[in-house]
Amino acid sequence: MADPILQAQDLTFRYTTAEGVAPTVLDQVNLDIETGSFVAILGHNGSGKSTFAKHLNAILLPSGGKVYVDGMDTADDNLLLDIRRRVGMVFQNPDNQIVASVVEEDVAFAPENLGVPSAEIRRRVDEALRAVGMTEYAHHAPHLLSGGQKQRVAIAGVLAMRPKCIVLDEPTAMLDPVGRREVLDTICTLNRELGMTVVLITHHMDEAARAQRLVVMDNGHVVMDGPPGQVFQHVVELRRLGLEVPDSVALLYELRRAGLDVPLDVLTPEDCARVVAQILPQ
Amino acid sequence: MNLKDITLGQFFPGNSFLHRLDPRMKLLGLICYLVALFLANWFVTYGVMLALLVLGCAVAHIRPKTLLGGLKPVIVLLVFTGVLNMFYTPGTPLVSFWIFTITYEGILHAFFMVVRIMMLICATFLLTYTTSPLALTDALESLLSPLNLIRVPVHELAMIMSIALRFIPTLIEETDKIMSAQRARGADFDSGGLIRKAKALLPLLVPLFISALRRAEELATAMECRCYCGGQGRTRLGELRLRPSDWVFLVCMVVLAVAMGLLGGRGL
Amino acid sequence: MTPIIETKQLTHIYSRGTPFEHTALKGIDLAVAPGEYLAIIGRTGSGKSTLIQHLNGLLRPTSGQVLFDGEDIWSSKERTRQVRFQVGLVFQYPEYQLFEETVYRDIAFGPTNMGLDQDEVDRRVRQAARFVGLPDHTLEKSPFDLSGGQKRRVAIAGVIAMEPKVLILDEPTAGLDPAGAAQILGNIRAYHRERHAAIILVSHSMNEVAREAQRLVVFREGTIPYSGTPQEVFSHGPELEQMGLGVPEMTRVFARLRAMGFDVPASVYTVEQARDAILLARKGGKG
Repeated sequence: MADPILQAQDLTFRYTTAEGVAPTVLDQVNLDIETGSFVAILGHNGSGKSTFAKHLNAILLPSGGKVYVDGMDTADDNLLLDIRRRVGMVFQNPDNQIVASVVEEDVAFAPENLGVPSAEIRRRVDEALRAVGMTEYAHHAPHLLSGGQKQRVAIAGVLAMRPKCIVLDEPTAMLDPVGRREVLDTICTLNRELGMTVVLITHHMDEAARAQRLVVMDNGHVVMDGPPGQVFQHVVELRRLGLEVPDSVALLYELRRAGLDVPLDVLTPEDCARVVAQILPQ
Repeated sequence: MNLKDITLGQFFPGNSFLHRLDPRMKLLGLICYLVALFLANWFVTYGVMLALLVLGCAVAHIRPKTLLGGLKPVIVLLVFTGVLNMFYTPGTPLVSFWIFTITYEGILHAFFMVVRIMMLICATFLLTYTTSPLALTDALESLLSPLNLIRVPVHELAMIMSIALRFIPTLIEETDKIMSAQRARGADFDSGGLIRKAKALLPLLVPLFISALRRAEELATAMECRCYCGGQGRTRLGELRLRPSDWVFLVCMVVLAVAMGLLGGRGL
Repeated sequence: MTPIIETKQLTHIYSRGTPFEHTALKGIDLAVAPGEYLAIIGRTGSGKSTLIQHLNGLLRPTSGQVLFDGEDIWSSKERTRQVRFQVGLVFQYPEYQLFEETVYRDIAFGPTNMGLDQDEVDRRVRQAARFVGLPDHTLEKSPFDLSGGQKRRVAIAGVIAMEPKVLILDEPTAGLDPAGAAQILGNIRAYHRERHAAIILVSHSMNEVAREAQRLVVFREGTIPYSGTPQEVFSHGPELEQMGLGVPEMTRVFARLRAMGFDVPASVYTVEQARDAILLARKGGKG
């Protein structure tokens, strides 16, 4: 088993406000994320999943416990840049993370900040744009791109840091189905072909189904953790947490309630059709 | 009015000679052009200046119509300038009625003044149309860098400017959207006196302000995530480097300004 | 029956006579019956947003007509203004349009603009708040202190308070988690049922429109290639997939089963229908 690139140990977080201490957002979270894996973190709004994500590159620092990135303590101020260049972050609203008025200049932003020489920046920008399939848009103005394209530019902007891990906080929430598919396919390619560690925060079940591992959070705790096929079996529990299983799983669950003996660990409509085929008369 | 129709400060990407010129030289070149424009004072010299502008459009593949479109917001100013000059220039009277007298010199003066302002604006637009805002701020940052010595935060100012430019289209779109949404609830932005109009803007300005703050916060986080920590030790994708053609361009523009200055004395 | 709202050969061209000229709608004919629940699906830029902004007079047709209750909405200035109150339009991410100091005052903005008296405004605000499930004590709060889902419900209440006969919502569940989305869809259903209002739901989620709407209208490049009941529309599965829209997951499962040679209905699109169809097929096979 590969070493964990991200480690949260007894991670606790609460916002401090003027009136005093606010309720706990993260409560003793323990989670290791292995190098090269694709992990989806699910939870309803306010479950603490976004707050967790912001701890992974030291945007937020723990109130208690520790977070390690590649063995480096995120609370150590001297390591800040080393941590941030290793863990890239992509957010929900593509408009609010694009800095420059031309695509390639935006992608160059991070390596410029890191003081990378010009020729090397050029190489990284070209490489990052190729990885997300946006090479032909290098000289375009970002505000004229579609949502999915903007989000891919944002991913390229992070890739130009040559990170080991990329954390995406609901990157598809504002996109249409075509945009969602573009972004998701891009993420999967990065994981499969470049071996990038991917942490995807989402509440779309069909997106989570494409990950290797699924972590469900509720009320600042990790409540489920396992491969998607296994987590989806807990239909009742997931619904209680304000989440919904994919329709394919829901159908098999209904059939099971009607007294049929069907497995629940399906991820795609094709799997579902295969299971149903076995219980239908020829 | 449709806010989306405003092309102010927009950049049209391209690969023409003008696009490729060093932005610092373009900026200095524009200054020379503007100086020359104020020194020009006769049909022939104006003709030269106009020809240069048209040549610039042709080289940059920008239709003169697009350039003229940018004049829309300043039409009032142009008319005002024209009228003022027409009535208040003493000289040979042509027409007079009531207390007004239009003079031959007045018409000429008004004509030159209006054309001068139009060309000034068009030339500036030619610069912003062919230079990305980021390149422009780079140029400013580079040209103003001596000010660092007297502790002017040149990099920070340039960054603020480039981000402002980047968000203009986004905020215009947002204004359009919020306006429509409030209109759908019966808000009326067009009628009533000045005070009523100002009051009617509240449902537009409050959400716009809140949204701008939210964007600023998210952008700041995103920039931090991409290791931004000020101008120190920063490198650039396209380090500004001057080529011979940049120097040739600048020399031409300086010669133009000087020539206009010399010719100026023999004009009107 | 006269349609409550109708478009006749509606065409809209943006930035006419500029290099950015773009025809967003090409001769759209669409009629919505009173009390109907209609869903519009289509990719970003297919003309959906342009259409709905015509239905309450925010955009003026380049050519063609929009009729409300059989009368052109542009026949007079006053008519256009009245139609805005009769055809409520909830924009995408409507929470970003909130501006008042309290939830109550924000919901009251529309009814007040209608020129209603205080008592009537008060009644409508409270009723609209009930429709979207906002408890009374939130009415005096600042809308900016609420959660994302609550803010959106305040914004929807602000339109419902005008008691429109047609309620149009542009992706009302975008960005919400499943629980938040389910609540808003429930609010819309309640308004539809109790007020007998026509609903026009613009959505990207095929599962959502399959469950909620009586009739679907598909947009592509400013035209309507398909419209009809969900069954009818989803029978064009491959074409919809090609348009980047897809079909509900259950439709896909059943298409797969049919491809495998099973005799199952093609018009299944919800989990409940799928379950019943499978159970029926098993009974039929045994009997």
